[in-house]
Amino acid sequence: MTDLARSEARAFLERPAGLPRPCRVVAAIPENYRTRTIVLDTALEARPGQFCMLWLPGLDEKPFSVQSAAPAAFTIAAVGPFSRAVHRLAAGDRIWLRGPFGRPFRRTGRDHLLVGGGYGVAPMLFLAREARARGERVRAVVGAREARDLLLADALREAGAELWLTTEDGSAGLPGRVTDAIAPMLAEDPPDSLYACGPHPMLAALARLAAARGLPAQLSWEAYMRCGIGICGSCEQEGMLLCTDGPVLDQPASV
Amino acid sequence: MSQAAVDLSVEIAGLRLPNPLVLASGILGTHASLMVRCARAGAGAITAKSAGPVPRGGHVNPSCVDFGGGLLNAIGLANPGAEAEVALLAETRAQLAELGVPLIASIFADTVDNFARVAEHISRAAPDLIEVNISCPNVGSEFGEPFAGQPESAAAVTAAVKAATGIPVIVKLAPNVPSIARIARAVVEAGADALCAINTMPGMLIDAESGLPVLQNRSGGLSGPALKPIALNAVYQIARVVQVPIIGTGGVSTGQDAIEMLSAGASAVGIGSAVYADGPDAFGRIAREMREWLVAHGLTLAQVRGRAHRQAKWPEAATPAPVPHAPAAETAPPATPRAGAAS
Ligand SMILES: Cc1cc2nc3c(=O)[nH]c(=O)nc-3n(C[C@H](O)[C@H](O)[C@H](O)COP(=O)(O)OP(=O)(O)OC[C@H]3O[C@@H](n4cnc5c(N)ncnc54)[C@H](O)[C@@H]3O)c2cc1C
Ligand SMILES: Cc1cc2nc3c(=O)[nH]c(=O)nc-3n(C[C@H](O)[C@H](O)[C@H](O)COP(=O)(O)O)c2cc1C
Ligand code: FES
Repeated sequence: MTDLARSEARAFLERPAGLPRPCRVVAAIPENYRTRTIVLDTALEARPGQFCMLWLPGLDEKPFSVQSAAPAAFTIAAVGPFSRAVHRLAAGDRIWLRGPFGRPFRRTGRDHLLVGGGYGVAPMLFLAREARARGERVRAVVGAREARDLLLADALREAGAELWLTTEDGSAGLPGRVTDAIAPMLAEDPPDSLYACGPHPMLAALARLAAARGLPAQLSWEAYMRCGIGICGSCEQEGMLLCTDGPVLDQPASV
Repeated sequence: MSQAAVDLSVEIAGLRLPNPLVLASGILGTHASLMVRCARAGAGAITAKSAGPVPRGGHVNPSCVDFGGGLLNAIGLANPGAEAEVALLAETRAQLAELGVPLIASIFADTVDNFARVAEHISRAAPDLIEVNISCPNVGSEFGEPFAGQPESAAAVTAAVKAATGIPVIVKLAPNVPSIARIARAVVEAGADALCAINTMPGMLIDAESGLPVLQNRSGGLSGPALKPIALNAVYQIARVVQVPIIGTGGVSTGQDAIEMLSAGASAVGIGSAVYADGPDAFGRIAREMREWLVAHGLTLAQVRGRAHRQAKWPEAATPAPVPHAPAAETAPPATPRAGAAS
């Protein structure tokens, strides 16, 4: 990490993490067959790439990427006990949150290539909106296994991103993986910087692609988090703490 | 004296530490990479996360929160078990040795025999010191009280560990006991080479809205700034009755906090929750602040140690000046305190 990145990260960390604060769900919007966006009655001072710890008292507390800061929104796939419980919340129900935590994406240049896989699209939508609000170019690639797994494509288009979809089974968009869609872009019309969030194999492939092209890349990784505040060590990845040094890491740090 | 010339090195159980700041157990002690990072950032010694006889997953979240005055945690002694810990310690020790920073292993167990077994096991990794975390519940006692609670159980663990290893042993004491000095004396008589005081203090936070405790485990251990006065008192009381070195731990987040801990009688200073405030860089900052303080006050580390135990001496007035209208108790002290006035 550069000194500048470190001091930026520090500025975020200096905000007190505090205790979980209660919020109410104002809307629970289905996104696909197993993913919902919950919108809360609160606003966050958050940047794209940061995450919050969401708590259901007596059940569990888990990290989720901020999809929108004002109002606060999170896009959540139902894959296990906690995420399924969040899916059962309706407008008016309560959920607690602490944060935001972690090091955000930092836009470099004015021509951005965003890549999202699975619910990794959520922070990419936040980043796309931020960049488009400043009149910057955004190309977004959303990858999924099949058409029904695609997420937030319409929202990205509405945000003003040039959009490419890929599915592994070819049921929507380009057949194949996100890297198949990106390789020609990098050759013909390279962006200033690459940003991505999604499954680790996807991130590793993107890291190799970016490194081969000498393209700056910021990748958002995931690990099991306990404290979320840089003290317990459970989110270690190659000497970095994904909750405070990350989740967004500069690409060479993690290849 | 220039700050660079200030010698911060200290000795614990025959071991030289480049400075007195010790990474406390349970903070970033889960991976070699993180422990090495703390050493590079300026820690004088590194304590690994406590390891027990078998792997443990730890408690469900929330397991660590910042309540403003410090942290409350119930990580639940998550650890890979003694077997895997040997490899972690060996790898870490090899990397720390290059930096001249000693490694302290930390162990816990549910019975006296298991303490001995874990100590013997992890000695294979040849850590420089072994810290014995006796704050965990004793399954043999009727109420599952911690070993740290009674002089007899604390001493029994110490003696068993001493018999199981040739590596010097630090016993880590708990603050929630009627007389920590009594426990300290018992474990030193049982062979402890050094003490670490203190572990976290039991605490609870309740979310008024849900009416439930914030930690999923309900209770947790309090650390950070709110713990400092309790830790200072514990170290002070212990230093009065034992001669072995003490790693004073609890709420130290600045160089001045560290100076206070040494003044209470500690030989070294544990740093835990302060890592939350500014990451591993906390070590470099606190060491720098200690040097600045020592230079500004013209004192050495040795002169600071135990300073709080001395009697204050004030110059006596040659002729007591009569003060007609103010009662004596309300008059100002005869002189502004000077650096070193109380030494
Ligand atoms: C920084 C960070 C940001 C995150 N952001 C989001 C987010 O924006 N949206 C979101 O939904 N989750 C996000 N997660 C993941 C989230 O924290 C939980 O891990 C997830 O909700 C599963 O928790 P659970 O208790 O429901 O299921 P668990 O019991 O933990 O998992 C059930 C099973 O599902 C598997 N599994 C976990 N995730 C997936 C997945 N995506 N697809 C398929 N299988 C999976 C697990 O390996 C496990 O086998 C994020 C995690 C981190 C570290
Ligand atoms: C998250 C966390 C985990 C801890 N885990 C352990 C542990 O495994 N073993 C142990 O002996 N002490 C453990 N402790 C206690 C610390 O080592 C230390 O004694 C205590 O936090 C007081 O110091 P501090 O105020 O500088 O944090 C833990 C503390 C925290 C905050
Ligand atoms: S989750 Fe505890 S250090 Fe990152």
